[in-house]
Parts: sequence; structure tokens; C-alpha cells
Amino acid sequence: MDVRSQVSMVFHLDKCIGCHTCSIACKNIWTDRKGAEYMWWNNVETKPGTGYPTKWEDQRIYKGGWERTGDGVALKGAGKRRGLTNIFHNPNLPVIDDYYEPFTYKYLDLIESPAGDDQPTARPISMITGEPMDIKMGPNWDDDLSGTPDYARNDPNLEALSPAEREAMFQLERMAFFYLPRICNHCLNPACVASCPSGAIYKRGEDGIVLINQEVCRGWRMCVTACPYKKSYYNWATGKSEKCILCYPRLEAGYAPACMHSCVGRIRYLGVMLYDAERIERVASSPTEDLVENQLGMILDPFDPEVILAAKANGIADSTIHAAQNSPTYKFVKKWKLALPLHPEFRTLPMLFYVPPLLPVMASVKPVDNEQQAEKMHEIAKYWPDNWLYDTSTKDLWGTLDQVRMPLKYMASLFSAGDTEQVKDRLKKLMAVRVHRRHTTVGDIDAEQAQRALFEADLTAELADEIYYLTSLAKFNDRFVIPAAHREQAIEMLEFAGDVKGSTGFGFKSGSATRGS
Amino acid sequence: MSTVDLFNAFLFIAYPYIAGFVFLLGTIYRYRETGFKVSSLSSQFLEGDALFWGIVPFHIGLLVLFFGHLSAFLFPQLTLAWNAEPLRLIILESTGFIFAVSTLFSLIFLLYRRLTNPRIRAVTTTMDYVIELLLLVQVFFGCWVAVAFRWGSSWFAADLTPYLWSLLTFTPDTTAVYALPWQIKVHIVGAFTILLMVPFTRLIHFLVAPLHYIFRPYQQVMWNWDRKGIRDPRTAWSAARPKNN
Repeated sequence: MDVRSQVSMVFHLDKCIGCHTCSIACKNIWTDRKGAEYMWWNNVETKPGTGYPTKWEDQRIYKGGWERTGDGVALKGAGKRRGLTNIFHNPNLPVIDDYYEPFTYKYLDLIESPAGDDQPTARPISMITGEPMDIKMGPNWDDDLSGTPDYARNDPNLEALSPAEREAMFQLERMAFFYLPRICNHCLNPACVASCPSGAIYKRGEDGIVLINQEVCRGWRMCVTACPYKKSYYNWATGKSEKCILCYPRLEAGYAPACMHSCVGRIRYLGVMLYDAERIERVASSPTEDLVENQLGMILDPFDPEVILAAKANGIADSTIHAAQNSPTYKFVKKWKLALPLHPEFRTLPMLFYVPPLLPVMASVKPVDNEQQAEKMHEIAKYWPDNWLYDTSTKDLWGTLDQVRMPLKYMASLFSAGDTEQVKDRLKKLMAVRVHRRHTTVGDIDAEQAQRALFEADLTAELADEIYYLTSLAKFNDRFVIPAAHREQAIEMLEFAGDVKGSTGFGFKSGSATRGS
Repeated sequence: MSTVDLFNAFLFIAYPYIAGFVFLLGTIYRYRETGFKVSSLSSQFLEGDALFWGIVPFHIGLLVLFFGHLSAFLFPQLTLAWNAEPLRLIILESTGFIFAVSTLFSLIFLLYRRLTNPRIRAVTTTMDYVIELLLLVQVFFGCWVAVAFRWGSSWFAADLTPYLWSLLTFTPDTTAVYALPWQIKVHIVGAFTILLMVPFTRLIHFLVAPLHYIFRPYQQVMWNWDRKGIRDPRTAWSAARPKNN
């Protein structure tokens, strides 16, 4: 057992309102620079939709991630042989038009144009060439566009559905969508690291954050191809690749990453998980149907004395083990089994997990008779003579799960490599918590029904209350359990800190800094 | 010493040493001081399809030509022995010429792409044009020499290899070089100019070709500290030799 600690994330999709505050927080801090304008280390996609870059999930186009080869795994579009033979021209590299050409407007024209017969306009100009351009695509171009032919209907995940199911999904009355916020997954088996010819990308041992050393990066661009989530970006101005750094300078100081700190819906959780690094290769090459189970299996119980012992032997600090025991992500992912990785079939073992959204799945529109209701209304009240009801009732329990609006197969294509049981299991639990809380707070569901719901979802009332607490009431310190970075120990490994002790303010000074010099 | 002799001595003795010196110091300085800049700015992300038809034949052609010259320099006897048979000589020469011509045409194509695509123009520096033109002139003269003064692979091994070795051993002997036609002289001076330009242009990227990738394991984990030792009480304070005192 080779115990390592990993900073992991959980995004609760039922709570995401698609406001993009996370994206803006990230953009303002990290990617508001030349060459990085098009990059969104954090982006929020509308699902069903094609995403950013367009159709990133379709690995027949982008050749990202790993594929199974006999007994092991190999990179699909990069690696030693493919990477080095394609070093002059990488055939699987997306171009900037797959994202969008960054643009701004000539605002100065609005106030500096000479007087004339027409209102001056601010023309869009390219941030690459500085020339006027026609905007073809931009950030969040397919925001909220479920059902549209260009975007939603080109979602690669729809291939899991039959044509009839697809049509049913996009009926106007049944149409639904949800948001999928994405950042780097800081994978356990990162394809970007494996594909880097220069060896510039590495995983930090202490917390598992994946970083690109900008001094070592030579811009061979293989990581852009290899990352199946397209979360490594090529800066066209500096010729280096960049990616989400999980705001490690903030994490080391005990702050949550900017995207998580600013999250309006409070959907984001961050905590440490202990895992067994010896199993990485075995888990990454397991059969597709076992990928989720095996990945959850390699996450270790931080309360297990044996695990604690092995963790200490590997130099993991007590404070980190303590953080792992209080980790909200461990609860969501392993204890409650409420969260799933995004596209586990890419075999990178992503450490960002998603609680699948229940609402777009469960709510349905039923035909009802509104006549009686209409008669009660005042005559000047605006009245639409329709017979539809947006129904979120929970009476039917699991009966509706199979006839839901957002087909389970679609969800399974996103979160469990096609295994609908895994998704169903999570949704059942979310539903049971709802039923239980409805019974407790509103009281229109009787105790027996609530008990039955909990029993069928393999939950107890205590667990359901715990889930409820961390989902709805959790405070900042519950959502983000950040381990101490212990950089002081790292420094002590490099130099003898005792030498400096006592030198401040005493002895000799050679030169001193003066203000303004 | 006449002016012509002096000029020749400068071009074929002083200049090669200046070029080598600048190349050596310049690359070391650039690597150590501005490691961030030791790469070539790829424009594939801004335009990928046309690039393929220029960049691949260019690189392959240039590599073949470079290793062709290098082998004649390192193994002159072997080259001469190979060329003793006319058929083998013609095979060697025509192979080299085909790659030279393909390099020439792909260079022209790449220059055209750089000049006409506004996105590529936006990421082009003056030095990019300088080195591209320099390479173009060099390959053009190489082709000219190959056609006009046959058979280069043989007389390179016989005349230029001793000259280059004499430079390397700091006993410059330029008798053979002085007698060469001016086109070949231009080609030789061009070669040293390219060497001189390496630290100042994107050419530097050939020095960091990622061959070490072949030998490294796929996954890389880096630790800020020695994880096996950090919790050992004996490690504290004294694991590392004091560096700051």
C-alpha cells in the first residue's frame, strides 16, 4: 500500500445555477493575459450541448485520454511513439477556432468618432490580429441552448440514446437542461503528464495537483491533445501550455480556490482523499463496466488504523490525515456514494466528482385539467388556457426514474461510462433525502413512506440528515477542508533553518532595502 | 598579405571561431537566464492545415541534409568508398538533392503562409523573417552547388572535412577552401552564420529536442520534501547539509 493524499473536488450539480461567477473569478486572476484570452480554466457548459471546445467529449475527433490495450492502457493520440513521430505537426491538435477567436470592441470609436449623421459603433476586433472580425463563436456560446439543432443535438453523449429517445428528449414540453461546470480534474492517471515530451508537467506528490513548469515546457503541445477534458491550453503568444493550477498559492495559504470561494450556489466542495497509488495502473486498465467501482475502491478509509499507519510511513502529516477524516469529498464520494467522476471511460481517474442532478431528471410535465382552477381566478387575471402542470411531486418514488425527462442513459454516458445503475443509485439517494426531509419539515409524506424511501436507497435517517446538512446548510469550513501545506517542512529539507534563527535584528547587515530605490 | 587574403582569412578562420564562440556562450546564457524562451513558437494552434504541407517536408528535409553533411564530416573515408561506385554515388547525390529541393519549396511555402495569414503575421518577429530568409538563401545555394559543381559528397569529404577538422583542432588550414568557387564559399559562410544565429532565433529549439522522453516513465510525481524521511525525528534540522551558512 502506497498511501498518497490528493486534493479532490465535488460539484453538486443540483445546486448549480449556471451564473458563471466561477469562470469570471478564475479569468480575472489567471487568464486575463495576451494569448490566454480564449482560455477558460474553469468553464460552465449547458448540457445537452457541444461544450468547450466544441464536441470535446468526442475522442474520435480529439484523440484524448487512454485506451485499453490488452493488459494495460496506452495514450490514444499521444505517447512516446505517436508523440515523437508527430512532433513537427500534431494531427490531433485542436485549433483556436474549435474554442473561439478572442475578440474585443473598439470602444474608443464611440467617443472619438467625428460628428456625423450616424451613431458611431464599436466594431468587434480580433484580439489576435487586431483586425475587425465577424464573431462566429465566443465564451458560453451555447449557454442555455438546449434543444437547438447546432448545439444540444450535436452533444456526443446523445449517441447512447436511440433516435426516438432523442426526439422525445427535445420535445418542447419535456425539454430540460442542466449545467456542467468543469475545471482540471487533477487526475490520478493524468494523460497530460504522460504525453509531455519535455517532462514539464508533473503531479505534486504532497497534494496531487497537476502543474506545468513553464520554464521546462517547450510548447510541443502534446498535452492539449492528450487531455480528454481539453483542460490543457496552448498559449499562442508565449508558445507554452497552461492549465488550472487549482489556485495552489491560495490553497497553500489555507484559502479555497477562487472558483470555489466565489461559487454563488455553493455547489463546490474541496477536501483531501487518501488513495493507494500502487493500484493506479491496475484500476486505469480495468474493464469499462468496473471503472467507477474500482476507482472508488482505491480511495482509502482515513479512519482505518492500517491506512493511517501506512500514511504516516509515507510522510503524510497528521494534520493531513485529520483533514482526510473530515473531508466533505470523502463523504460525498465514498461514504454516501453520491458523486461520480466525469467520463470515467477516458481512464485518467479524474479526482473531480459530480453529484448528478436530480431536478431536470425527475420533473415532468403532465396533462391536467385546469378548468376548476381557472374559474376561481378574477376576471381580469391573465389566464393561459393550457392543460400542463410542471410536476415535481415525489409520490411515485422510483416509478418515474425509468421514464424521466433526461434519460438515465444520457446521464450514464456522462458520469458512469454507460452504467445506468450507478446513476440510478445516486438519484435514488438524492430522492430519498428529499422525501425524508419533506416528511420532517412539511409533513405531507407519512413516516412509513419516508422510511421506505430511505430503506430502498440504502440510507438511514441519520445519514440522510447528514447529507441534507452538507448539501443545504454547510458553512465555508464544512465545504472546504484544506490541509495545511507544510511548506515549512519542505524548506527545512532543503536548508538548515536553524542558521537563520536569531539573525534577524542582530549581528551585521550587508546592504539594506530602501523604499523607492 | 593582400586585401583578398585578409578577407578570406577573416571569413574562413576568424568568422567560424566568432560564430562558434557566440553560439556556445549565447545558448548557455539563453538557457540559464531565460529558460522560458528556449523553444520555438508553434503557430499550429492558429492555423494547422496548411502548416502540415510545409512543416513536415521542411523538417524531414533539413534533418536528412544535416545528417548527410554530418556523416561526410565524421566518416569521410566511408563516404568516399561508398561513392567509388558511380551508381551508389548517383543514388546518394540524387537523394540529397531531392530532399534539398523539397526543403527549398517547403521553406518558400512556409514563408508565403507567414506573410499572407494575418494570424501568423501577428505572432511573427523580425528574427523569424531573418532566419527564414537565411535558411532559404543557404538551401538555394546548396542546390546550386549540387547542380553546378558535381559531386559534392565526394569533394566535401576530401576538401571540406579536413578544413573543418583543422578548425576544430585549432590548426586552421584553409588552402583547399580558398580555391573553391564563390557559390560554395557563400554556402560555407552561410552555414557559420546560421550557427551564429542559433541563440538569437527560434532555431534554438533543436537543442532541446525531447529525446529523453523515450527513456522516462510516463507518469511524473514530484515531491517538495523527502516523504520517507520527513516524519523521522532524526531527519529534522539536519537531513540536508546547511547551504545558507
